[in-house]
Amino acid sequence: MNTDNILVKVDNLKKYFPVTRGIVFQRQIGAVRAVDGISFFIRAGETLGLVGESGCGKTTAGRTILGMYPSTAGAIHIAGHDINAAKGKEWLMIRRKAQMIFQDPFASLNPRWTINSIISEPLRVHKLLPTEASRVKRVKELMELVGLSPRLLNRFPHEFSGGQRQRIGVARALASDPAFIVCDEPISALDVSIQAQVVNLLEDLQDQLNLTYLFIAHDLSMVRHICDRVAVMYLGVIVELADHNELYERPLHPYTQALLSAVPIPDPEKDRARQRTILAGDVPSPLNPPSGCRFHPRCMFAQEHCSQVEPEWRQIFPDHWVACHEVK
Amino acid sequence: MAIDTVTAPGPTQASLDDLLAPPLTLRQLFWRRFRRHKMALFGSVLLVVLVLYATLGAFVFSESYANFTETGIRLQAPSAAHPFGTDTVGRDILARTIYGGQISLLIGITAALIETFIGVLVGALAGYYGGKLDNLLMRLTETMLSVPQLFLLIVMAKFFGGKVPDLALFGRTFSGSVIVIIGIIGLTSWMYVARIVRAEFLSLKENEFILAARAIGTPRWQIILYHILPNSIAPIVVGATLGVANAITTEAYISFLGLGVQPPTATWGNMLEGAYNYIETAPWLWIFPGILIVLTVLGINFLGDGLRDALDPRSRAA
Amino acid sequence: MVCGMPSILAAGLPDRDEESMMTNLLELKDLRTRFHTPEGTIYAVNGVSFHIADGETLAIVGESGCGKSVTMMSMLRLIPIPPGEILSGSAIFQGKDLLQLSDRELEHIRGQCISMVFQEPMTSLNPVLTVGRQLTESLQVHLEMDKLQARGRAIELLDLVGIADPNNRLGDYPHQFSGGMRQRVMIAIALACNPNLLIADEPTTALDVTIQAQIVELVIRLRQQQGMAVIWVTHDLGVVAGLADRVVVMYSGYIVEEGDVFDIYNRPEHPYTQALLAALPRSDRRRENTRLKSIPGAPPNLLVEPSGCPFAPRCPLAAQDCRDANPVLSPVAPGHRIACWRGGDR
Repeated sequence: MNTDNILVKVDNLKKYFPVTRGIVFQRQIGAVRAVDGISFFIRAGETLGLVGESGCGKTTAGRTILGMYPSTAGAIHIAGHDINAAKGKEWLMIRRKAQMIFQDPFASLNPRWTINSIISEPLRVHKLLPTEASRVKRVKELMELVGLSPRLLNRFPHEFSGGQRQRIGVARALASDPAFIVCDEPISALDVSIQAQVVNLLEDLQDQLNLTYLFIAHDLSMVRHICDRVAVMYLGVIVELADHNELYERPLHPYTQALLSAVPIPDPEKDRARQRTILAGDVPSPLNPPSGCRFHPRCMFAQEHCSQVEPEWRQIFPDHWVACHEVK
Repeated sequence: MAIDTVTAPGPTQASLDDLLAPPLTLRQLFWRRFRRHKMALFGSVLLVVLVLYATLGAFVFSESYANFTETGIRLQAPSAAHPFGTDTVGRDILARTIYGGQISLLIGITAALIETFIGVLVGALAGYYGGKLDNLLMRLTETMLSVPQLFLLIVMAKFFGGKVPDLALFGRTFSGSVIVIIGIIGLTSWMYVARIVRAEFLSLKENEFILAARAIGTPRWQIILYHILPNSIAPIVVGATLGVANAITTEAYISFLGLGVQPPTATWGNMLEGAYNYIETAPWLWIFPGILIVLTVLGINFLGDGLRDALDPRSRAA
Repeated sequence: MVCGMPSILAAGLPDRDEESMMTNLLELKDLRTRFHTPEGTIYAVNGVSFHIADGETLAIVGESGCGKSVTMMSMLRLIPIPPGEILSGSAIFQGKDLLQLSDRELEHIRGQCISMVFQEPMTSLNPVLTVGRQLTESLQVHLEMDKLQARGRAIELLDLVGIADPNNRLGDYPHQFSGGMRQRVMIAIALACNPNLLIADEPTTALDVTIQAQIVELVIRLRQQQGMAVIWVTHDLGVVAGLADRVVVMYSGYIVEEGDVFDIYNRPEHPYTQALLAALPRSDRRRENTRLKSIPGAPPNLLVEPSGCPFAPRCPLAAQDCRDANPVLSPVAPGHRIACWRGGDR
């Protein structure tokens, strides 16, 4: 396994949100275990996909990795910097090098700021360019880079369509010249025809600027297309991690298998011919995860010890890791 | 690399951008909505007239004339020489309403500014930081709210009244009691604004663009001042506007109780106080200042309604 | 008023080329709907016609703003009349035009013969009434059952849609169900009176993919059991492939292509349909090209009165006649029609 050139390293990351009760004095009575021990690395220039359904903790993981939430346990290293320990200048340096693109093109831009102000904010906060004129020039360059006409500099977000607003978000993320970008469901809110535009843009930028992406999504077809490696999350833990083709062609974990079989294929003959594993029940709550292997209540292969012992994270094939007792 | 094309000979991106709806800035949107609100326009006009009355009237009558007592002509009904009549010590009521208006409006506006400033400060800090600070500030707010305002006003008026010296400004002397009144109204009315601002901050800080600002590394004070505050302008403006009306009415009844601004400085409120014993016998003593108070408060309320509708980004009626 | 029982009860799916021999359950002709807003007139639906036969599943596909939901709502007269306006059109259902019926007659049909399931089950279900109450209400009003009968039928329905322990769940409130469960409840309410036609407007868009698979499997099972026709409105071309018999593709308030599901996916003829399919990434194939074929430009501006083909600004084949006149739906193969001047001649 090639471990050189690692840009992002996450070790046993946990993020719990306390649940409190009490009117005047609040006591903690439990915790939502949104992320409960995940580990992976991302090489420079690579795209790692993080997939899972609602409540699996992928968005929380992305935000915690970036430092937006303080982690409850575990280590995060981006370009050698320890996210948990960074303060002051180092913290600002990380904020320059690691950025985020958001899901909602309507809520991720300040409605009262012009596009110019929005995109140049990183330049001002980090004092990267001294004069207003130089900043405007850079903003125009960035707008062209993402495919927006620079003449629209002084307009407001509400004057743009969803796809264009996502491009503005991308331009803003690129302003401080980052190395690593967390893409948190960047295309889920867009129409199909615009999704392809934005995905192509992200890929072109990755080539041009040697960017590294953590691509968080629930659309499994798009993830296969854009990601090099894919990690599948369920209830706060990663259950499988592999190269993208390997994962889709040889899924080992029962949840991955069920997930893939649930993805509709836009081909009527193929879709109707295939065997589907329909999972029973709903995704349980991260407040009270099942004991042992979290997936055991819905798993068709579950055995006695699956409910007692949490499965180990093992490498079954080269670069293909699974957490499941039943996989040999 | 601009947008990718699928061998399309169609229009360029530049011209597609022009196909966007013609840009309406937020300000234009605001004016369009405001103009449609008939009551708001009426209210604005009314207020303009009243302000002109109080300011331009000062060129017609001098302050000394307004304070000029002549007991020989006391309690005269409206006449040609004194269109609003004279009061208990023979002062011209018309002139007094003009100068009284100046003081009442001054008190209203200044008190509203103070209470808005304090309210925004408290609400913003409580809403943004949450946790213990929020707890502390909110308990303070609730304590202030649970004490009856009238009681607070009376106690503070008694305590501070007479302790503040007169202020000489712009060639005029302002009775110390004016400062006191402005202060105590401001200090006892900020809670309403604070609660509204806190609610706005609590909801706005969950927005993704705030998370984006944090991800960029924007310092917290900049986030509060430049990101969240501009987006919560609407309830603050409305709150401040209605605060003016509230301050004017509060001054009126504080003065009516004799604890407000002390004569000879006139305010609409203390003119009402002077009319207490003559309600039926000399109605012109209270009718004129009373009508002026009502018109002012009405105008402000209409204006406030219009502002609320025009500034509310959720309202689709444009 | 009683609607006829679905005639395809156990006969399986209808014969594909024999649609002309079937009496159509619903025929929509030339629907035009507009909305009058302060910003201008929104030309939401600009002449849409389609039909659906008994027991058939028709998918209406398109991106946001194409008018698919507005078409369904207009058909059932659920759009607010100012600012909305239905300029023209007829929706013949069992010999009656839905757009001309009196309110009372329409109420009989809605819920009893035609029912609708929406995208957001949390807002379509009343949060302060128990699920049982909402189910039995429909039964009592439309089928005139008494309380006991209705309750019994409600338990049957919850069981039919796969909700465990239906007896006790009747007394639960919507917030006590998960998203997928709520959607099942919505389906139960929709099926309560055995409708001939079920209209589902983006019913699984807000659900996770494994839950979506459950709901789709449920609908497939139910339509075989109950024999009802289904109109499934969505933007998801994957779901449609597994579910539909026929597909209608909409763009900017027009139908641009219509045909059998196999024809649409294997032999799409309209440039928009082709582009839409080419823009889809596949979970079952290795990535051959380096890029997804995207459609250039932006979705159409509905405030502009339509003239010419709505797809012309983004179409690789657009020529002057495309900008001058709007093409009419014409057949390219039996049962397969497109609205394109360039169609067929390549």
